[in-house]
Amino acid sequence: MLQKIYDWIDDRIDITPIWRDIADHEVPEHVNPAHHFSAFVYCFGGLTFFVVVIQILSGMFLTMYYVPDIENAWKSVYYLQTEVAHGQIVRGMHHWGASVTVVMLLLHTLRVFFQGVYKKPRELNWMVGVLIFFIILGLGFTGYLLPWDNKAFFATQVGLDIAQQVPFIGEQLKTLLAGDPEIIGAQTLTRFFAIHVFFLPGALFALLAAHFILIRKQGISGPL
Amino acid sequence: MSEKKQQVSRRQFLNYTLTGVGGFMAAGMLAPMLRMAVDPVLKTSSHGDLANVSLSVDDITDEPQRVDWKIDQVDGWYESEVTKTAWVYKDENDEILAFSPICKHLGCFVSWEGSEDFPDEFYCPCHGGRYYKDGTNVPGTPPLAPLDQFEQKVEDGMLFLGEAKEQGEA
Repeated sequence: MLQKIYDWIDDRIDITPIWRDIADHEVPEHVNPAHHFSAFVYCFGGLTFFVVVIQILSGMFLTMYYVPDIENAWKSVYYLQTEVAHGQIVRGMHHWGASVTVVMLLLHTLRVFFQGVYKKPRELNWMVGVLIFFIILGLGFTGYLLPWDNKAFFATQVGLDIAQQVPFIGEQLKTLLAGDPEIIGAQTLTRFFAIHVFFLPGALFALLAAHFILIRKQGISGPL
Repeated sequence: MSEKKQQVSRRQFLNYTLTGVGGFMAAGMLAPMLRMAVDPVLKTSSHGDLANVSLSVDDITDEPQRVDWKIDQVDGWYESEVTKTAWVYKDENDEILAFSPICKHLGCFVSWEGSEDFPDEFYCPCHGGRYYKDGTNVPGTPPLAPLDQFEQKVEDGMLFLGEAKEQGEA
């Protein structure tokens, strides 16, 4: 049955070569942990992506209950955490996954750094990776506010104060992020929600696509 | 046809026109979105009137005292009553000073003589930030600027306070 469906589609749009280009490529022996156990260091990038996928999925489901409004944000999180079946698990995945993403990303960065594989011709991909790093940190920062509890509020206050320290445009940058020059309130929460859920993921997808296309284009560097 | 008349080819002309029209359409879509996003930055902040803090000028001593008052805060579509706090005293010249209690380090709450170890100073419990009585930050402690000072006026013997304003760097 599945084969028939596949054939029916393949007949019309010839997906086999597309599929081959995406999935069927050689993994060199020196990066395969099955051959050399120490090659597990090559897994961190893929693990980062894997956790990011978990973040996207769990985040999508969290928005079924979450409301980005200062009256209801905390209550909606409390409700999904205490009343909704498995809500605690999904929010737990998103909460802990955020930290795991940063850790995996850091390990991946360290591997690339200490193997020196950011060098020509791969500098461009290193730069894309650094941008991805900033995007992930931005996602962590904006997501931290969303439960709208005391810890979230004061962490954001400190974070916005840090943004304010940027030379010349600090004040404007803070207002742009917070939606008000003084208050961290209703407009801050909606802004952070929009940034967390739409703007940064959008940028992340584009950069991840570039990151992966560059890997495929340039191939994996040879053994050390 | 002569060379001079062919400065713009048909292909070039169409390319320019399409790019121009496309750019115009893209700008037409993006401009309202961007303007909407930066609106809070460009909005002139509506400074509220100074509020009566229910403190008679006669009750202000040379010892900083904590003053709490309520203001109606408008945060976009959300209006609420918030409590503001100031440390108020009279200096040697009988000048009234009203300092914001927000630490210039990371925004904790500063108290007058908040630590027994540092009398005659404002003290921040979070990271040990200190300020002299005139609001100047003590060098070598975390804060990098003096405490903000409230706009103020005296009317009918009562103290009115407004926005907290930054003072110069110490």
